[in-house]
Amino acid sequence: MKEKRDLKIQAIENGTVIDHIKAGQALNVLRILGISSAFRATISFVMNAPGAAGIKDVVKIEGKELSVEELNRIALISPKATINIIRDFKVVQKNKVVLPSYVEGVVRCINPNCISNSSEPIKSKFSVLQSEEEGVTLNCLYCEHVISENIAENLL
Amino acid sequence: MSFKNRNVISMKDFSRKEINYILDTAEKLEPVARGKKRSRLLDGKIIALLFFEPSTRTRLSFESAAQRLGGQVLNLGSVEASSVMKGENLADTIRVISKYADLIVLRHPLDGSARMAAEFASVPIINGGDGSLHHPTQTFLDLYTIRRESHLEGLKIAMAGDLKYGRTVHSLCHALSLYGAEITLVSPPELRMPQEIIRDLQKNNIRIRETDALEEIIGDVEVLYMTRVQRERFPDPEEYEKVKNKLKVTGDLLKNADPSLKILHPLPRVNEISPEVDSTPYACYFEQAFYGVPTRMALLALATGVIE
Repeated sequence: MKEKRDLKIQAIENGTVIDHIKAGQALNVLRILGISSAFRATISFVMNAPGAAGIKDVVKIEGKELSVEELNRIALISPKATINIIRDFKVVQKNKVVLPSYVEGVVRCINPNCISNSSEPIKSKFSVLQSEEEGVTLNCLYCEHVISENIAENLL
Repeated sequence: MSFKNRNVISMKDFSRKEINYILDTAEKLEPVARGKKRSRLLDGKIIALLFFEPSTRTRLSFESAAQRLGGQVLNLGSVEASSVMKGENLADTIRVISKYADLIVLRHPLDGSARMAAEFASVPIINGGDGSLHHPTQTFLDLYTIRRESHLEGLKIAMAGDLKYGRTVHSLCHALSLYGAEITLVSPPELRMPQEIIRDLQKNNIRIRETDALEEIIGDVEVLYMTRVQRERFPDPEEYEKVKNKLKVTGDLLKNADPSLKILHPLPRVNEISPEVDSTPYACYFEQAFYGVPTRMALLALATGVIE
């Protein structure tokens, strides 16, 4: 059974596998990593794949190891994602994403009157906080508005 | 304590010790602000006033402050006649004006514009009001007025009017929480203080109570800070009509006031304070407007480094 499931995505020789992505968030993971049609590496992904802890999404990026800073942004929308660095078909590094304390140019401020939503030559900037009551919250460093829900909907 | 090249963006950037230092400096400069002493502290310095939205009294009080200290003022003039109309962004405007002046006072309709300007400026930025967010020089002058006319430590203060949208009361509450104030919030239910600000105050162990009736509290406070219910904040004019006259300071109301009560108002007022109050010893709002001059003098002198 396990072998059949693994066939859904071929193993990669070198690159990055992002596993245990919250189901339905794979496309947002690509957005958060800034991966667009201009990106040259081969990307494959599975959405809603059954896993030991329920359904999940998986993204594989061939021939490219992304930086830890880039990958940690994924924690904004999928805090339980794991990152596997693959070299020569072997997992050489396996880490959980860590919520960054600061993100720039990743999320749009929800305040329409914020200077970061104007045509000024700046990127949005947020400090990131996590609490038990409110979960992940983003504080705009320009206008001080707080985003506490629907972060994925406000990805740039 | 040196403030040279320090930006003045938000009250949250200042500690109680720093606020006290700024207020002490304002007090030293007060005779100059009143025209009783001459000063050339800002001789040779140029202050640029970039007002992207109209605010006559804030602009004039900065002009007065700069000129009382012997400084020169550059005025943006009307936005319609400036490069903004050619499509220049604020970042470029700030970079250019930084080459012409020793300090920039910025007023801009977008939230966070002063914070952004500070990233691009090579001279200090003083926030003269950005969007609905901050107006720190108003808060400094409010604190200065309270200190001169009453006292700051453990003050019993009521803030009344539009507590929902009024940025002056938001910043003032925060600043007074550094001095252990007891704060009463008086507003119609539609215009209550936002919960996140109340939560912040409570974190600082500040006693807060809320009511919608001035009569209930007038005998129990040392300062009453009135604010205007801002017509322009209401999308529905009927909603404005419902609340505009709910809170009003009259001679009758003041019969039950503490004799030492001082009434403040950031001005302009509409009808929330009756003209009959103006001639009573309680009225402090016109003197409060004057106190904007020594306070802004202090900020200009400290940020340019002519006073250390």
